Amino acid sequence: MEQTLFYILAVVTVIGTILAITEKHPVHAIVYLVTSFFSLAVIFFLLAAPLIAMFEIIIYAGAVMVLFMFVIMMLDLGRPDEAKRPALRQWLLPLILGGIILVSIGLLAAGHSGVPDAAGEITVREFAVTLFRKYGVAIEIISMQLLFAVVGALYLGRRRRP
Amino acid sequence: MIVPLEHVLMLAIILFSLGLVCTLVWRSNVIMLLIGIEIMLNAAMLVFVGSSCHWGKADGQVFALMIMAMTSAEVSLALALVVYLHRRRNTVDVDEFRELRD
Repeated sequence: MEQTLFYILAVVTVIGTILAITEKHPVHAIVYLVTSFFSLAVIFFLLAAPLIAMFEIIIYAGAVMVLFMFVIMMLDLGRPDEAKRPALRQWLLPLILGGIILVSIGLLAAGHSGVPDAAGEITVREFAVTLFRKYGVAIEIISMQLLFAVVGALYLGRRRRP
Repeated sequence: MIVPLEHVLMLAIILFSLGLVCTLVWRSNVIMLLIGIEIMLNAAMLVFVGSSCHWGKADGQVFALMIMAMTSAEVSLALALVVYLHRRRNTVDVDEFRELRD
């Protein structure tokens, strides 16, 4: 049951992403991407990471995508008559490069031999203990980084005097 | 683990390649280029979560959370840059911004 769900969701994710990157209209692309992120969140839930699944929906599908939408609306980039897809010639070389990378990493991943999985579920409690006890310094650094990003965004976004 | 790790890795690799192709193809729109980067980072998160489930350790999930925080910082800065560039040149075409000096 869960296995079937995983494969269905994997197909939904891949199709949503393909539609998103081939869509010429940025707003539609973002809506497709939100669909893809929702199914990816359910995949995270199936992989015993409920907290990450919730954050995926709240932060990615919620905050980040709304930020994209906000910028598109603010700069007025969402006009359907002005949207244009790159020419077919421009798709060829990136597809070849992407295909080469897909096949090479795929071969590496297929040949890997992992240690069989250890027993035991990852509970939220275990996750929190690892997060705040083992990686406490990383939390501090990441919060500093978010602060710097806010300061940088404020600096770039302010209106200059002509 | 409900599915073998290889299948999770395959899904992540396909998503990563799609994001890479999106980044390489969409030079006419910075927003789509950033979307490609988002897709690639999501594939990396999927690898972390899948490995965390496979080995039964919570460290992978912690790093997925780190990637998420990093992405939100990156997106806020990058979109501020897009707004700044659009104000200067009134376009989001990457090819228009090939001069270092003004």
